[in-house]
Amino acid sequence: MSSATVVTGIGVTAPNGLGTDAYWSATLRGQSGIGPLTRFEPQQYPARLAGEVSGFTAEDYLPNRLIPQTDHMTRMALVAADWALADAGVVAEQLPEFSMGVITAASAGGFEFGQRELEALWSRGGQYVSAYQSFAWFYAVNTGQISIRNGMRGPSGVVVSDQAGGLDAVAQARRQLRKGVGLVVSGGVDGCLCPWGWVAQLASGRLSRSDDPDRAYLPFDAEAAGHVPGEGGAILVLEDAEFARQRGAGRSYGEIVGYAATFDPKPGSGRPAGLRRAIELALADAGIRVQEVDAVFADAAAVPELDGIEAEAITEVFRPGGVAVTAPKTMTGRLYAGGGPLDLVAALLSIRDRVLPPTINVTLAPQYEIDLVTGTPRKAAVDVALVIARGHGGFNSVMVLRGGP
Amino acid sequence: MTQQKELTLQGLTTILKAAAGADEEVDLEGDILDVEFADLGYDSLALMETGSRIERQFGVRLNEATVLSATTPRAFLAVVNESLAQAA
Repeated sequence: MSSATVVTGIGVTAPNGLGTDAYWSATLRGQSGIGPLTRFEPQQYPARLAGEVSGFTAEDYLPNRLIPQTDHMTRMALVAADWALADAGVVAEQLPEFSMGVITAASAGGFEFGQRELEALWSRGGQYVSAYQSFAWFYAVNTGQISIRNGMRGPSGVVVSDQAGGLDAVAQARRQLRKGVGLVVSGGVDGCLCPWGWVAQLASGRLSRSDDPDRAYLPFDAEAAGHVPGEGGAILVLEDAEFARQRGAGRSYGEIVGYAATFDPKPGSGRPAGLRRAIELALADAGIRVQEVDAVFADAAAVPELDGIEAEAITEVFRPGGVAVTAPKTMTGRLYAGGGPLDLVAALLSIRDRVLPPTINVTLAPQYEIDLVTGTPRKAAVDVALVIARGHGGFNSVMVLRGGP
Repeated sequence: MTQQKELTLQGLTTILKAAAGADEEVDLEGDILDVEFADLGYDSLALMETGSRIERQFGVRLNEATVLSATTPRAFLAVVNESLAQAA
């Protein structure tokens, strides 16, 4: 039983929209979810904007028993998984429990929960630390909670590779489907909008210090000066196409046809960055020719050196202006482990609706010879899309999607 | 620290709810003294957290293994109240 890997369900918690429809309509309107941090007092920090998911009240969606034991990002992940499974028409109790796995990505774990408990430890003593700290902070917690909540006991795991992780998790899910697992809940929902998480991100030196939400995150712009962090992401239901057919699934959003990951050489080595090779290897894995690709969803680091590497890799593979490029994450901020999966969603919905969402606020710098979709959405018959995600420290991941049959 | 002599069933359910939430399908205000914690929706971690909160609130030390050996509210209250009596 090894056919195609198809996406049959989507659940979104994004800064510019809660739920797939809200996210997608906001994204096509060019509506941003970036604004001043409200989760904690940001004035003493050099970066003060974030893409916060607003209007999310966990108690409205989750059983009361799960509230004391979950970080904010885990609650969003559980709800996104619920929505994705409902979208796929999956009733988990009706399927064999070992035929379903959970593989998500994380970048830091439940830091907001963890910070609260560490504060209790140091200020009041060990007996004030929640017993749930034993797992609530942990990288693998979203996978574990989704698995328990839905009774999914097949191959499961977590991938941690910063912003590349979301694609790497989906790739791992695809491997498991090819080995015979029927269904894997995958993707990532991330977030660490608390002082502890914030200072960890500040240490990267890549956060925008602007206080203007419309000028803070400008990938491929001459004024690019770092990114805005966000929270949220997307959970996808991935299935072996034959398994999906046998359980009577409806239409799929599309197929994961190719993937590759490379690692950058040691800085100063003089060897080229690994992104171009990742794009070429992903296309080779997909068996898709360069000219068949209709759109690229860029990593969009908004750090001039990294934008240069990405624009050059795209131009070298696809020729100058040879493919439409966009970065809807300009409306959400970078979501770390949630970023790649949300871009997969944007790509799949672009295929469905034959339209590419815009990159907002950006004026393309003249040195980049890419066809960046700016300002407004662009009508386009998208059949094949390529998604790029890079993680801090040299991770390059590329995934290729094609519309469903 | 409030030094109370005895933990009541109502006190226990209040702490349980704060520590670990409550299963929507269980009536904790009902006759639950002899209902297994598992049937009330609580696992060992929920009871550990509950025990920890009781320690803080009552200023006592509870033996973890003894606490976890109590599988019903009646047995749990007996363990806690014995510790409270010894500490008094």
